[in-house]
Amino acid sequence: MKYLLQRVVFYLLTAWAAITINFFIPRMIPGDPVQLLIAKYQGQISPQAAQSLYTLFGLNNDDSLIEQYLKYWNQLLHGDLGVSFTFFPSTSAEVIGQALPWTLALVGITTVISFMIGTGLGVLAGWYRGSAIDGLLPATTFLSSIPYFWLGLVAISLFTGIDSFFPSSGGYDPGVVPSWDWAFIGSAIQHSLLPALTIFISSMSGWILGMRNMMVTVTSEDYITVAHAKGLSEKRVMLGYAARNALLPNVSGFALSLGFIVSGTLLVEIVFSYPGIGFLLFQAVGSKDYPLLQGIFLIITLSVLVANFLADIAYLLLDPRTRREG
Amino acid sequence: MTIPITELTVVTPEGPAGDASGPARPSRRRFRFVSNPKAAFGLAVVGLFVLFAIIGPWVAPYDPSGRTRDVLQPPSADHWFGTSHLGQDIFSQILVGTRGVMFVGFLAGVVAMVLSVLIGITSGYLGGLLDELLSALTNVFLVIPALPLIIIIAATVQGAGDLMVALVIGFTSWAWGARILRAQTLSLRNRDYVQASRANGETTWRIIVFEILPNLVAIIASSFVSTVIFAVMSEITLAFIGVSNVSTWNWGTILFWAQSQQALAQGAWWWFVPAGAAIAVLGTALALLNFGIDEFVNPRLRSTGVGKVRTADGRKVKMKVGFTPVLMARISSTAPTPVTPVARATPVTPVPPGSPAAPSTPATPSTPVTSNPPATSNPPVPSKGTDQ
Repeated sequence: MKYLLQRVVFYLLTAWAAITINFFIPRMIPGDPVQLLIAKYQGQISPQAAQSLYTLFGLNNDDSLIEQYLKYWNQLLHGDLGVSFTFFPSTSAEVIGQALPWTLALVGITTVISFMIGTGLGVLAGWYRGSAIDGLLPATTFLSSIPYFWLGLVAISLFTGIDSFFPSSGGYDPGVVPSWDWAFIGSAIQHSLLPALTIFISSMSGWILGMRNMMVTVTSEDYITVAHAKGLSEKRVMLGYAARNALLPNVSGFALSLGFIVSGTLLVEIVFSYPGIGFLLFQAVGSKDYPLLQGIFLIITLSVLVANFLADIAYLLLDPRTRREG
Repeated sequence: MTIPITELTVVTPEGPAGDASGPARPSRRRFRFVSNPKAAFGLAVVGLFVLFAIIGPWVAPYDPSGRTRDVLQPPSADHWFGTSHLGQDIFSQILVGTRGVMFVGFLAGVVAMVLSVLIGITSGYLGGLLDELLSALTNVFLVIPALPLIIIIAATVQGAGDLMVALVIGFTSWAWGARILRAQTLSLRNRDYVQASRANGETTWRIIVFEILPNLVAIIASSFVSTVIFAVMSEITLAFIGVSNVSTWNWGTILFWAQSQQALAQGAWWWFVPAGAAIAVLGTALALLNFGIDEFVNPRLRSTGVGKVRTADGRKVKMKVGFTPVLMARISSTAPTPVTPVARATPVTPVPPGSPAAPSTPATPSTPVTSNPPATSNPPVPSKGTDQ
């Protein structure tokens, strides 16, 4: 329990740090970005929105920095991430709320699948060193060196076309109304197959390598020799003794590389015009939509923190040593 | 890539078999790192890219921004990688763009390396409250997703150039290295030789620089290479989504124009394939370099062949590096009784020739004899195994 509490405190600290960074970034811009934006979006920004922009950029000089900071927190705690320029008059929170489920479904499912399959292959590669499966490693290294988005581009040019099963962009068929019926879900799955495959291929090799190297370290432990000497079957020693102990560092590695995977997914979404957070980020960057950008950064960071916390709980369940201390 | 680097040595009570090459001469040890095929390949390819980065703009056959009438040409003798929608030569763009990629990658790598060394070693060696604070800072930076942070900062600072992008990446990606260095410093600071130098009255900075730092070089190198990989990817990503300045050429800029001008829909594969392939080759080379460093430091990670050894009574024992093989002996043909190891693969601690085998047992009926040479499926490579 003490371990869990420590983690909660740490995540709160990290969340605070991320929010504070988010607060200071727009204040580093020289000049008057708001006037620039108002000029750019002629007539689209209401005086009220302009006022909140000034608050956001820290340019209303009536308030001291501390007051601005407190106001910023107050806005955040009310779920107010500002008004988006691109999707005016929607607020950033609404726009992000629409995109978030798409990303969560895509990243969540593919990451879990690629972690499981990658770890499994890593177990085999570490156990049967020098065999064909270990020879796969250079190939997977090459695959993991390819940027996610480029693999997506290649996948689009290879597999999509006018009469192809795979659609090249979007999250669902334009003719389908988003609702919980089979037509929509089927269309959504069909559209997500290619992005999912791209993420899967790119992210899997990291798990293979990490697990393989842990297996190699574990297999020279004495308890493996003892297990062999006891006459246990090869499979049992491999799975019950070696893999079980090698898994722990891989789980904590899983937590740490989540941020990286999420980043990669954002890019895949951009390539496939998938209606998730990544594509939204792309649109926000293109139109210099600062409130939306900041909101997206906050949401991504908080989601990664939550996912990290879940991985911590998984670690707690897997490793009895962390439990005993409580 | 499955060339066995280490040698299987059968060790029996009479001494190791097949290891008559004698101690390695010192001259061979000098290039040990390069003798690893992964490291050598990685080093060669990275060197090639550094060369392109230096001479690229001079040897490029065309002006990368120069428009011609050859619009969207597929690869030909005139334009090796084809042309873009404005008739720009893509091969020239790649050559010219290499400099930006390498500059940002290495500068960000250096910035992150310096930060991680400073923070990691300080917090690991000094300990106390400072350690707590620095570790918390490191962990915070580790958990906050770096790429979105980089995108936000680069998008806010308008028209960020190569230098700015490199600094932003460097300042946000030091945490991983700092964490590893801190852990290693923690384990080093209580070693006997460090204690001894402390007792000798050496100053703290001298201990850190001359006693601890040299032992961290491999880790620092490996985290430097990882950061370069990350920086190159991030920079190309920034250019690809149009955050950084799209008028200077790098591989991401090429992909940006390819994507925004619908290269896919027009079937212009030559527009985006070369840039991506260049990224992948550079990334693979850097990753291989890193594997080389890892394997140099930790010999267990080297992949080796699986061999079968025939014992005296004709049964086969599977030799696997990293394992201690266990023989199932049938004493008086009853239930199988395990026997302690008699044959051992020794990639980690080579047994000097002639020395008695350490883990052998008093002779059991099933002890393999030396007169039977090991029948390994992969023939050992004597030039590489013995001196590592």
